[in-house]
Order: sequence, then C-alpha cells, then structure tokens
Amino acid sequence: MQLITTLLLVTIRAGTSLLYATLGEVYTERSGILNLGVEGMMMMGALTAFTVVYRTGNLLFGVLAAMLAGGCMALLHAFLSVSMRANQVVSGLSLTLFGTGFASYLGQRLGPAENSFNLTGLTGERFPIIKIPFLGDIPVLSAFLQQDVLTYLLYIIVPLAWFYLYRTRDGLSLRSVGENPRTAAAVGINVTKIRYTYTVLGGMLVGLGGAHLTLAYTPGWSENITGGRGWIVIALVIFSGWNPARAVFGAILFGGINAVQYRMQAAGTVIPASFLNMAPYLLTVIVLAAMTILSRKKKTSFSSPSALGTSFSIEDK
Amino acid sequence: MRIVLAKRETRSQIISTLVPIISFLVSLILGGIVLAFSKANPLDTYVYMFRGAFGNWMAFSETLVKAIPLMLTGLGVSLAFRIRFWNIGAEGQYVWGAIGTAWVMLYWQFLPVQALLPFSLLVGMTAGAIWAGIPAVMKAVWKVDETLTTLMLNYVAILFAEYLYYGPWRDPKGYGFPGSEPFPREAWLPRFLGRAHWGLFIAIIIAFILFFVLTRTKWGLEIQMIGKNPDAARCLGVNIKWGIIMVLLLSGALSGLAGGIEVAAIAHRLQKGIISGYGYTAIIIAWMSQLNPIAALFVAILMAGLLVGGDQLQMMIGLPAAMGLVIQGLLLFPLLAGTIFTEYKIRIKKTKEV
Repeated sequence: MQLITTLLLVTIRAGTSLLYATLGEVYTERSGILNLGVEGMMMMGALTAFTVVYRTGNLLFGVLAAMLAGGCMALLHAFLSVSMRANQVVSGLSLTLFGTGFASYLGQRLGPAENSFNLTGLTGERFPIIKIPFLGDIPVLSAFLQQDVLTYLLYIIVPLAWFYLYRTRDGLSLRSVGENPRTAAAVGINVTKIRYTYTVLGGMLVGLGGAHLTLAYTPGWSENITGGRGWIVIALVIFSGWNPARAVFGAILFGGINAVQYRMQAAGTVIPASFLNMAPYLLTVIVLAAMTILSRKKKTSFSSPSALGTSFSIEDK
Repeated sequence: MRIVLAKRETRSQIISTLVPIISFLVSLILGGIVLAFSKANPLDTYVYMFRGAFGNWMAFSETLVKAIPLMLTGLGVSLAFRIRFWNIGAEGQYVWGAIGTAWVMLYWQFLPVQALLPFSLLVGMTAGAIWAGIPAVMKAVWKVDETLTTLMLNYVAILFAEYLYYGPWRDPKGYGFPGSEPFPREAWLPRFLGRAHWGLFIAIIIAFILFFVLTRTKWGLEIQMIGKNPDAARCLGVNIKWGIIMVLLLSGALSGLAGGIEVAAIAHRLQKGIISGYGYTAIIIAWMSQLNPIAALFVAILMAGLLVGGDQLQMMIGLPAAMGLVIQGLLLFPLLAGTIFTEYKIRIKKTKEV
C-alpha cells in the first residue's frame, strides 16, 4: 500500500506539467490549429519562469512570465497559420527549433556574472508541497493531497475545461470552428478571432506546464529540461480524443512511467538505464499506432477535429 | 479598404527565390536585436561569425565538415517533405547510420580492408533506411501520424547508441571515455582540406542525381504528384503506399549515409559527440531550399557557417555558441510568412457600400 501511494505521488507530480500542456494543446487543436511548437513553448516557459523567480523571488511572477512567453510564441504561430496561411506543421516545428535554441542561448546569458552568466546549477524559490491535514494521511488518497499549488489548481481546471468545452455556448462555437469553419462562419462565428484566442490560450497553458518543471518538479534550470515532453503532449492530445477530462488518464499513464522508471533505476535493475529511458518514447509510438488503428473506421468520440491543420478563408471556394 | 488574396495560377519564380534571401536578412536583423540586448555590437558579432566560418581555408574546411552531414540529411528530409511526409526523424536515422557503419568497421574486420569502407557505409544506409521505414509503413498501412513516430524514434535511437558506447562497445583501453575502439586506419574516409573529406563529393553527386531523378524521370513525376495532388495520383494508378515507403527508405538512407560518413571520416569511432542536432537543422535546410536538391547544398553550407561561426563567437568573445541556433531558429518565421506572396496575389480593394 505504501509503495502504491509513493508511486502515485510521483506519478501525479510528473504528470502535472504534461496535463497543463495537454489541456492547452487540446483547446488549440479544437479550434482547428495544430501547434507542434509545444516542446519549444514549454522550454521557453520553463526558462522564463525560472529566470523571473530567480531575479524577483516571486513565484506568481514566474508563472505569469511563463504564460506570457508561451502566449507570445503561440501568437506568432496563430499569425503565421491563420493570417499568413502558412503550413502549420512547419510553423510549429520552427517554434520548437527556435524555442529550444533560444532557451539554450538565454540559459547561458541570463545568469549572474559570478556564475559566468549561466543559469544552470542555480537554485531559486520553488513551490512547496502542501499536505492537506487529516485527509492527507489516508493511504492512496493521500497521494493526491500532498502536492504543490499548481497541481491542486488542476483539480479545479480540468472539470472547468471539460465543462466549458462541452456545456457552454462558447465551447460549442470553439468545437464547430474546429469541425467545420465554413458552417461556423455561416452562422456568424468569427473563425479568425476564435482561432487566435484559443491558440494563444493554449500557448499560455503550455508555458505554465513548462513553469511547473523548473519551479516544482525538477527545480532549477538545465538545458534540455523538457526532454521531449512537449512531443509526448502532442501524443497525449490524440490519446485523449481531444477531451480535457480524458487527458487526465494519459497524463497519469505517462507520469506513471516516469515514476516506475525512477523507482527501478533507484532499486538497481538488470535492465540498463538506456532501455528504461526509452520506455516513454516507445510507448508513445505503440499507443499512437493502436489508437489510430482502432479509431480509423468511423468517426468516434476519439476522432480528431475535422478541420485540424487546414487554413480557412471566407473568399476560398 | 480591404486586402484581398487571390490564389496564383503558378507559384511566382522570382518571388520564391527572393523570399529565402529576404528571410535570411530578416533573421539576421532579429538576431541582431537579441545580440543588442546581450550588450554585444551586432555588426561586429556578425563579422566575427563570418570570419570564423569563411575567413580562411582552415575556417572554411571546418564549415565544410559540418556542411557535409547537413547536405545529406537536408536532401533526405527534402525528399520526404516532397510527398508531404513530415519526417522529423533525420536525427535518429543519422544515428542509426553511424551505428551500422561502426558495427561493420568494428566487428567485420575479417573482410578485406578495401571493402570495409564501402560495405560499412552501405550497412549504415540500410540501418537509416529501416529506421525511416518503420514510421513509413505505419503511415502507409495504418495512417499513423508520422511527425510523432519519427520524432519519438529519434530518442530511442540516441538512447540505443548511448547504451552501445557506454556498454558493450566501449573501448576497454579508452580510460572510461564513452566511445568505441577506433576503426582501422586504412578504412577511414580520406580528407582533402583540413578535416574536410570526400563526403563532400558524395553529397554533391547525390544532389545532382536526385535533381535529375525528380525532374526528368517517371518516378520523379509520380513523387511530385503524390505530394501535390494525391487524389489525382491515385486516379492515374500511382501506388501511393509504395510511393511513401520507397521515398522514406531513400530519405532514411541519405540521413544514414550522413551518420556513416561522419563516423568514418571525422570521429573514426562511435562516440558521445556524434549526436549533433544535424537532423533538426536539416528541416530548416529543406524548407529554405524550397525542396530543391541543388539549392540544399548551398543552404547547408550557410547553416554550417552559422554553427561554426557560433562556436567561434564562444571562443572569441564569450557569447554562447547557441547564437548560431537562434539565427537558424529565426529563419523559418519570415520564410513561412513570405510563402503567402508566392502563392497569392495581394490586392487592396476599396470597399463598396452594400
């Protein structure tokens, strides 16, 4: 029982950044915009969050700065893919290439002079783990109740995100833009505005996910801190069937792999570390293939928004 | 007043040549802003970078050393992009090329030494081709999204290479250095200027062959059609599944060759430093060269120049070498924004009252 609680505890902690970013990308893709820049936005979010907290000592500023960084990058993506009708795959890839390169540059530039301007190896404020009294002592359940503020916030955000998407008028407009922008425009929905709004909102949440990495999960900056998490997020969006509630299971599954991997390494198994580290990437490929094969026959609740990745203009016939 | 976009009948040739050049200038300006914020004089910094990359023969040979794998991976990625298969797995295919080549070089030494080099490169190409073939088959048969599979397989390939040079392949006489034993000296790929090697000629020849095949053969035209209009291709009896798999095998083989050549000519062993990020820069090269194989050669030299120039920056004035990557990363944004001018005519209309 103790082992399950510990594993679950680490799982939730590792899954938090994934879940924030997945929620963000779900909203972006629901509007029909595919943003493959998650890795780059997460990286920049992680970097700005840590830098701001290191400089100001204020965790809230750090989180806001990360959201701003993610939002600005997403705005660029929205401009290129909505207004300039650029190829969304390539635009997203460029965000990732730029974000990783720029974060690496800034990481060696924004530190204090005595650390030769490096951010690596520094420690700053971090989100403390808050244990909920009484309830936090119940086995298994306690894993959910010994987390940091950002994780607790998710317990509220996930149901809200689900409710907004499926039970409100705005959520309906958002979904219809992703399904069929022409029809949506015909009933008077401003497709361009919706696509911009939710791409930027998505980027802000992705940036927030990055902030959780440097401010809570593995406090401090290190180059390549995201380690492909942004790409796993893209896969998690597909697993969730673009549904915020189901995204929880994917985040727990992949957070769990991290936890188990860590546990096995600590226990010293015969399997070399390299093979253990392959697990999340291989699992992504396998689950993705399984999901695609299972849902390709007809439109199910797991199918992608029909207009995902295509540009739209009223003038086009 | 209202801006109206009208789709052009054909892409404008002049604009599609101009756009990459303007994009490069714009990325330099944006990079200059980053430099100014870092309290460095942008102009001086660019002069340092340029001298560091092209200033003398030694510098230029180092630029060529980086340009060779970039040319080959860039050609490989362009090929896949032509059929709109988003192969972002060049890095993994490159690593497998290095592994395959190293395997022959280290464990097939019973072969005559003259045969070792060509055979090892062939095995490296095959390994790269297989690594690209996996996502290609998944896409062709089950329509599994290729951006994710190709990228995830990069991590798997890199971790596997790490396992090899930290584990079973590690040189027992290497003082704990993460790398295999060196390859037999007679089997190294010869150099001609500094560290620049024959891989350059291989890359140039391949680029011209590809150009010919893509523009002058039936297969090349089928590839064009799969990329531009898959429905029309299907009606004309082109086997799209085979098209995807063949193109990707070739694409992976080219990246594999890049990795094989890199270990055979530069590292002379499988070691930690071979993992380079070339496979990602290749994406920028493919897009900058507008998927034209000959243009890819020149863009690869330019990108290599940015990397070598960035390294020089670190040594000369202590700015992070990642500046080269920042400029590379900035390149695609103006390029993407510019595409609209090649594909659409832009007119400003006066709004009529309804």
